[in-house]
Amino acid sequence: MKRIRTIETRDLNKSVKTGGCGECQTSCQSACKTSCVANQACENKNK
Amino acid sequence: MIHQYKLNGYNIVLDVFSGSIHIVDDVAYDLIAGYETQSREMLITQTLEKYAENSAITRDEIEECLADIETLKNEGKLFSEDAFAGIAKVYRKRNFAIKALCLHVAHTCNLNCSYCFASQGKYHGERAIMSYEVGRRAIDFLIENSAGHHNLDIDFFGGEPLMNWEVVKQLVAYGREQEKLHDKRIRFTLTTNGVLLDDEVTEFCNREMYNVVLSLDGRQDVHDRFRRDYAGNGSYQKVIENFRRFVAGRGNRSYYMRGTYTHYNTDFLQDILHMANLGFTELSMEPVVCAPGDPCELTQQDLPVLFRQYEELACEMIRREKEGRGFTFYHYMLDLTEGPCIYKRVSGCGSGTEYLAVTPWGDLYPCHQFVGDEDYKMGDIYTGVTNTALREKFASTNAYTRPGCETCWAKLYCAGGCAANAYHATGDIQGVYEYGCELFRKRIECAIMLKIALMEEKTEQKDPGNN
Repeated sequence: MKRIRTIETRDLNKSVKTGGCGECQTSCQSACKTSCVANQACENKNK
Repeated sequence: MIHQYKLNGYNIVLDVFSGSIHIVDDVAYDLIAGYETQSREMLITQTLEKYAENSAITRDEIEECLADIETLKNEGKLFSEDAFAGIAKVYRKRNFAIKALCLHVAHTCNLNCSYCFASQGKYHGERAIMSYEVGRRAIDFLIENSAGHHNLDIDFFGGEPLMNWEVVKQLVAYGREQEKLHDKRIRFTLTTNGVLLDDEVTEFCNREMYNVVLSLDGRQDVHDRFRRDYAGNGSYQKVIENFRRFVAGRGNRSYYMRGTYTHYNTDFLQDILHMANLGFTELSMEPVVCAPGDPCELTQQDLPVLFRQYEELACEMIRREKEGRGFTFYHYMLDLTEGPCIYKRVSGCGSGTEYLAVTPWGDLYPCHQFVGDEDYKMGDIYTGVTNTALREKFASTNAYTRPGCETCWAKLYCAGGCAANAYHATGDIQGVYEYGCELFRKRIECAIMLKIALMEEKTEQKDPGNN
């Protein structure tokens, strides 16, 4: 596409089937302890 | 729902419910803005008028761009529908397994920071230290209630957890023993003000702690304004060398230097750069959340200043990355391809359900920020969660139940925001802390722009002729 470039991102609709394992780190534990999800790493290698 | 914005020379379009991100030129930006509300002919006419002086913008060009927009829409990458409300209703309620505990090993502190949400570490109560027996029972409680979770998180918190260091070490040893027996992996983390961060603590943490949060507010005068000892002396000089030694011993990774900014330092970018210039590269800076009317409270007049600071921070990070001296800012760490799934994005941090705080005597609270508020006591580590109505309320609180989130483009990035902030700002965990939302949205805009800029930089390095 000439005027639009799409960045590769995780497909949220697809993650309905592949996500939800809950193995990711609890977001509040990772750095800030306040004003905490987008910057969490996913640990599900089957996504 | 889409969100469009221009920042640092980029025209960015975010498709909220697919998570797709598009970089577009001015023509596409305008066409997308009117695509759902105006007729095709009107869009073409308006665009031709707007770009009349540009001979390259012809009717054919515009129609080609409209066809591209239609293609993206058909592929579910633009104007996609919200299919996630059902998930939000049931996900947290499908089981109440627990995967994370915040262990308050010390309700006491060797600093007397006036802005401390925990009332100088005592949480509006008496000074207290967690015994090994209570901590051990908390670990057992976590494992017993973790169901199928393999990865478990335990954070040593306070107060100042290093004031109960021997118990911390004993609990790590116990956790390591138990994780083998139960096929679990425990990620221990610790938050410290750095005063007691000696060589022995450093060596132990660098061996056992998955992540360590180091509290520093930035420049010495900023840090020492609030972070003083009981004699009134600033703590900057006490902790800065400890932090340097600690981070060097840790290989400069798996830590966050975390500051708090207030109304007194709305130029907080200078504090972040102060940390970076000292050689610290994993940085986090949080807006203060305090009682209304407190002198350090951030004001509406501060907002435009703070927005500009976040934008300048992103631009400075791009500059430094290009110069080979980049640093990480926690809130700009978006992983676009390997980031969180939709379940995490609608349900948030799990406070009150899968994440609980444990007091030194074993009471359970939804998270560390509710400790000391008797209305939010959920049970204890001996009998479990007994206030199931409260747990149900937390399980039902997310981006789809807060009225203010309905039309917000950022809701799948914040999951509805922090329940404690909402409670302290509005008196209800299902309220919306709008000031925090304003800052959050700005941070996400900057974070996406930063990712795009750094991706372009990588592409440019790979193929310098193709621009």
